[in-house]
Amino acid sequence: MKIFMLGWEFPPFISGGLGTACYGLTRGLNELGHQIVFVLPQPVSSQYTTHVHLRSPGAPAVMAQGGPSGSAEWCSSYTMKELANVEFRSIPSSLQAYATPEVARRRKTVGQTDEDEADSAAEGEDAHEPLSVLAGGAGGGHYGGDMFAEIQRYARFAVRLARRESFDVIHAHDWMTYPAGIAVAAATGKPLVIHVHSTEFDRSGEHVNQRIYDIERQGIHAAQRVICVSHLTRNIVLNRYGAPGEKVEVVYNAIDLNGDQHSLPPPIGKDEKIVLFLGRITMQKGPEYFLAAAKKVLEHEQNVRFVMAGSGDLIRRSIEMAAEMGIGHKVVFTGFLRGDDVARVFKMADLYVMPSVSEPFGIAPLEALSHEVPVLISKQSGVSEVLGHALKVDFWDVNEMANKIIAVLRHPPLQATLREHGSFEIRKLTWRDSAQGCVRVYGTAIAASFTNGN
Amino acid sequence: MPCVCIYFQIHQPFRLRRYSVFDTDRHYFDDHRNAEICRKVANKCYLPATAMLLDMIRRHEGRFRLGFSLTGMVLDQFEAYAPEVIQSFQRLAETGCVEFLAETYYHSLAFLYSREEFIEQVELHQRRIQSLFGGTAPVFRNTELVYNNELAETAHQLGYRAILADGAEHVLGRRSPNCVYTAPGAPIRVLLKNARLSDDLAFRFSNRNWAEWPLSIEKYVSWINRAGETGPVVNLFMDFETIGEHQWKDTGIFDFFEQLPAEVLRHAGNSFKTPSEAAAAFEPAGQFDCPHLISWADTERDLSAWLGNAMQSNALKELYALEAAVKSTGDEQLLRDWRLLQSSDHFYYMCTKYFADGDVHKYFNPYESPYDSYINFMNVLDNVTLRSRPVRVGIVSGPAPVPPSS
Repeated sequence: MKIFMLGWEFPPFISGGLGTACYGLTRGLNELGHQIVFVLPQPVSSQYTTHVHLRSPGAPAVMAQGGPSGSAEWCSSYTMKELANVEFRSIPSSLQAYATPEVARRRKTVGQTDEDEADSAAEGEDAHEPLSVLAGGAGGGHYGGDMFAEIQRYARFAVRLARRESFDVIHAHDWMTYPAGIAVAAATGKPLVIHVHSTEFDRSGEHVNQRIYDIERQGIHAAQRVICVSHLTRNIVLNRYGAPGEKVEVVYNAIDLNGDQHSLPPPIGKDEKIVLFLGRITMQKGPEYFLAAAKKVLEHEQNVRFVMAGSGDLIRRSIEMAAEMGIGHKVVFTGFLRGDDVARVFKMADLYVMPSVSEPFGIAPLEALSHEVPVLISKQSGVSEVLGHALKVDFWDVNEMANKIIAVLRHPPLQATLREHGSFEIRKLTWRDSAQGCVRVYGTAIAASFTNGN
Repeated sequence: MPCVCIYFQIHQPFRLRRYSVFDTDRHYFDDHRNAEICRKVANKCYLPATAMLLDMIRRHEGRFRLGFSLTGMVLDQFEAYAPEVIQSFQRLAETGCVEFLAETYYHSLAFLYSREEFIEQVELHQRRIQSLFGGTAPVFRNTELVYNNELAETAHQLGYRAILADGAEHVLGRRSPNCVYTAPGAPIRVLLKNARLSDDLAFRFSNRNWAEWPLSIEKYVSWINRAGETGPVVNLFMDFETIGEHQWKDTGIFDFFEQLPAEVLRHAGNSFKTPSEAAAAFEPAGQFDCPHLISWADTERDLSAWLGNAMQSNALKELYALEAAVKSTGDEQLLRDWRLLQSSDHFYYMCTKYFADGDVHKYFNPYESPYDSYINFMNVLDNVTLRSRPVRVGIVSGPAPVPPSS
């Protein structure tokens, strides 16, 4: 099968779980022998090392000449050594995943670029494109519309690319690619499968951005099939977006154990126990519950330190909160970690805590277990549907969270049993199986599109 | 022409309440829940089943006979929440067709950790049974039929004439569980559970995927007769809750049992015997040599249900390590609490063997996960540990020191 995949994030340029999931699925599909054309925004340059090798950066291919100002639109294509069946096409874009419209607006004021001028010039010729559905948008004008404009640009490029390819199905990851998916489906007549890795309700609680919600809803209704990363997310899609149950499937995320976990030497013995929070420091991940539980734990156990590894919009607030609670000296903020640093911090940890308020899946606990770190996870997470050998707690139940943390700190047999059984349990969650699940959904989407006469 | 020896086990644990590391009081048990469960099972099982058995005994005029073992803990619960169940068993006792067995009062694994505590619990149990139902119990069974040669010797030394064990295949080999055996090193008689026929009723009876479903009484008794070709006694050992709780009334389990005596006795030479009668009636066919511990649990028939992981072995070890300290305080309530923590159920809940598959263990488990049960138990144990620390008396200047209160 050949798949036209629309993504927004891919290793090595990752800021969250979306890129990891895309990578895992792509690997799985590649292993199963399917072919993929993967469309991505142009990655930002980065000085961080990576284990993925670019085979041929490829010369930028001119996609269209002309437009009133005479500028050209281009994309570059490349392949990766370990993904023989995948061709990447990257589209120039300044947008990064997980940006909110406000963040995008702040970045934009740094300076205009040539591409933006070409954009506004090319605007006129797009009236006939099936993207006019985006032109409206309810209110929200004060968000600046830059991010939404980027998404439209991405969609236009995607349509142009799609017209030059042949494929069986379109697979769009998360809301920023849904307009592109809809446009490509309309232009090529191929069935659209959208993949919900998260929803506005997960990211913003009840204060959803109406325009983003509208885009998500549009995508869900336009797609032949919808893949969700958990039943938790599926329920949101059914209840909050009005999707019919028969079109929404669950394919869990996974983890590949490629043996890297043991390449680091064992850490130097330490006296203090370490309780780890690793993830974006944002409302969705529940950092304030982590700190509140930490405070309770520290009232009963002194020989422990809490590490918050990550960054995000609540980082400053969290540092202040720790200080206000009087536990600042016991909480370490490491900032955003990459590569080997992630493995190192896992190796030091006695317990990994994920107090997420609403976690569509949550790959991080699986990573923790792959490093032999026992986990305490929020019951309001997708991953709690697949993990049995983990401690579970309601994210708001700070007392119970502290109760469980203290138990792990005080009772080595608890830690040992969790670690042993948990690290064994994750072996049954492979990306190959997830990819197989996606292939099954492709099949039903293709069949459904014939029945619907699309 | 075998004799059928039936024995029913009756037990309910004192379940713990949610006890976090921040709790400091001494109320460890979920009285409300325990009462609710006790009454529920009394209505679905204990009361109707004992009434049915009483009727069957009267109808067959002494030819239908069987054994029961009730733990001290369940008797305590009946006393508090459902005293009519005790009266029901007393009526059964009066028929003279029913025998009560001996076991540890607190359904514990004390035999593995403290011989002294084990013996104390057996004596406590003996006194309770005697006061409620009269007579002595000549036959012994250990918690969950945990058994080895050493246990048999100990039971013999305590004066028991016979002991029950599981007919575990890895010990029996090709021999039949339908014979009476002796233990090496002690002339005590050993009765072995016929696992296949017992579990056909206890576990498979209502399973529609079972090849033999629906099980007719004629078919079942024909199996008993066939088993009788390899030995004189067919031992059907199971939980009493089989009748009405594990197998609900609408599966037909009551009707099935009601027909059992008539169908068995229809065949010439068949009979029913209580465990002590069965043990005495037949010459031992040989020795049941069991140096390593077995039980009647799961497919492994070993101790892995209670001692399969680090949490379980740690919890048991820490619990029994407190014996001396607890007993030296002289605090009766503390001793009682410590003993209530010994019931094997608490450790059963910590089992991780099948956790991800969700099966038998989960059905009986009040916790969401074995880890939750370990955490809860250890929090309670921490409080018990605190209470069993010796009370120190400080010398104060001035009036004479106040003597310690015990």
